[in-house]
Amino acid sequence: MIEPEHKLHHQNKRLTGLSLVVDMIVSQLRTMMLVLKHTFTKADTVEYPEQKPYLAPRYRGRIVLTRDPDGEERCVGCNLCAAACPVDCIALQQTIDEDGRKRADFFRINFSRCILCGFCEEACPTYAIQLTPDVELAEYDRQNLVYEKEHLLISGVGKYPDYSFYRHSGIEVNIKGEKKAKGDAEQEKSPVDIKGLMP
Amino acid sequence: MTEIVFKLLEITIIITLLIPIAAMLVWVERRMIGIWQDRLGPNRVGPFGILQSLADLLKILGKEDWIPPFSDRLVFTIAPVIGAVCVLMSFVVIPFSPTIGVSDLNIGLLFFLAMASLAVYSVVLAGWASNSKYALLGGMRAAAQTVSYEVFMGLSVMGVVILTGSFNLRDIVLAQAENGWLIQTQFVGFVIFFIAGIAESHRLPFDLPEAETELTAGFHTEYSGLKFALFFLGEYLSVTLISAMSVVLFFGGWLMPAPFDSWLPPLVWFILKTLFFVFFFILLRTSLPRPRFDQLLSFGWKYMLPLALINLIVTAALKLGGVYD
Repeated sequence: MIEPEHKLHHQNKRLTGLSLVVDMIVSQLRTMMLVLKHTFTKADTVEYPEQKPYLAPRYRGRIVLTRDPDGEERCVGCNLCAAACPVDCIALQQTIDEDGRKRADFFRINFSRCILCGFCEEACPTYAIQLTPDVELAEYDRQNLVYEKEHLLISGVGKYPDYSFYRHSGIEVNIKGEKKAKGDAEQEKSPVDIKGLMP
Repeated sequence: MTEIVFKLLEITIIITLLIPIAAMLVWVERRMIGIWQDRLGPNRVGPFGILQSLADLLKILGKEDWIPPFSDRLVFTIAPVIGAVCVLMSFVVIPFSPTIGVSDLNIGLLFFLAMASLAVYSVVLAGWASNSKYALLGGMRAAAQTVSYEVFMGLSVMGVVILTGSFNLRDIVLAQAENGWLIQTQFVGFVIFFIAGIAESHRLPFDLPEAETELTAGFHTEYSGLKFALFFLGEYLSVTLISAMSVVLFFGGWLMPAPFDSWLPPLVWFILKTLFFVFFFILLRTSLPRPRFDQLLSFGWKYMLPLALINLIVTAALKLGGVYD
């Protein structure tokens, strides 16, 4: 908004002598009046322990490992989160089950190092690792901030309720006891017979 | 003999009340600044945070009372005591109510001005004895600021003396019972006195001796523990003192106009009026920025001193002309 001309005189005209003194006094009194008006405004303070501030669902807080809608672990132990982590606070080891599923043998996040940057969440190809709006991570013992897989794993689906990696991928696995062969996944074509003659 | 005992008792009571009041002011100030900045301020210790000062006191007593090895030990130790004692001494002449008041010194106003001048030694000696560049700059600023603002502080209250014909603060209050509060005739004098008072007590916007932004903490940079607390005590006591002096000299002390005077006892009226100015001090601190050092001095010498002189001359002329009879 453009100020009216009479308010611009500070920039245009250099005040001298008595008018400078008058201007100075007026501006100081005006400042004090403005501050005094704030006696009646409400404080912006959120009194934290009693009164929790609103944290958005996508707030970057404590990290969890989610499960897919079938209740299986989403994490395939691909190590991309650990690679993306700028402070190297994630450690894990991949194993492959008899049914073909890949899992993390162990999964460890050291929250005393974690900076809650969310890079691991961005790097995760299966939506397994997610950040939650929980920031109350204080502990008396530093060692208690090292979370193992059983601490990280939750029973829910997190922010992506419908997504299941193994239902989309072309890997042979058992889903709820039923065998899912190659080509059976959603949006997946049947495998090409590389020895066939048809195009 | 009983008179002396009662006097000593009165002195003890006044001192034991003044020091907790000064400590409470720290809490009041933080709360008020909080409110004016749309925050809450300290509200956790006790109801409304009223015990915050006690918590602060316990904390500061637990701090190491460090005397820097590069300092002048004796002067370094004495300096904060001088500050607190000088301000406390000034309360001797303040008439709190018709019956309360340590001394009816017939040069009470001069005594106040003398004690205000002596309080400069505290800051200057602290700045010098600390043997550190920040403290030295703070002390130097304090010396220049206080010396220049003292000149017209004295001149600004001379109008009061002309009108009441007395240096005795109790007589000044009683004179206002007959002719109305002196603020009516000495408004300019009051404004000048108050501005000088802010400078004397090193409060914002005239807190250049301890300007945190440029001098760390100014003259008390090297102080910690109990000695630092004494400086703080002195500062908050002098806020109370300047407020009380403004009330005594210009706002009728314990007096109140006819319908109101029977509502509350005189002492309560005095405290309420003083509190009003204490709150004004705090409002100044929240709202006004600190001027540059040369601006501060030229404001004092170029505008305030001539204004104080003009006020004095006009008051004297009107008195001689028989306007105030």
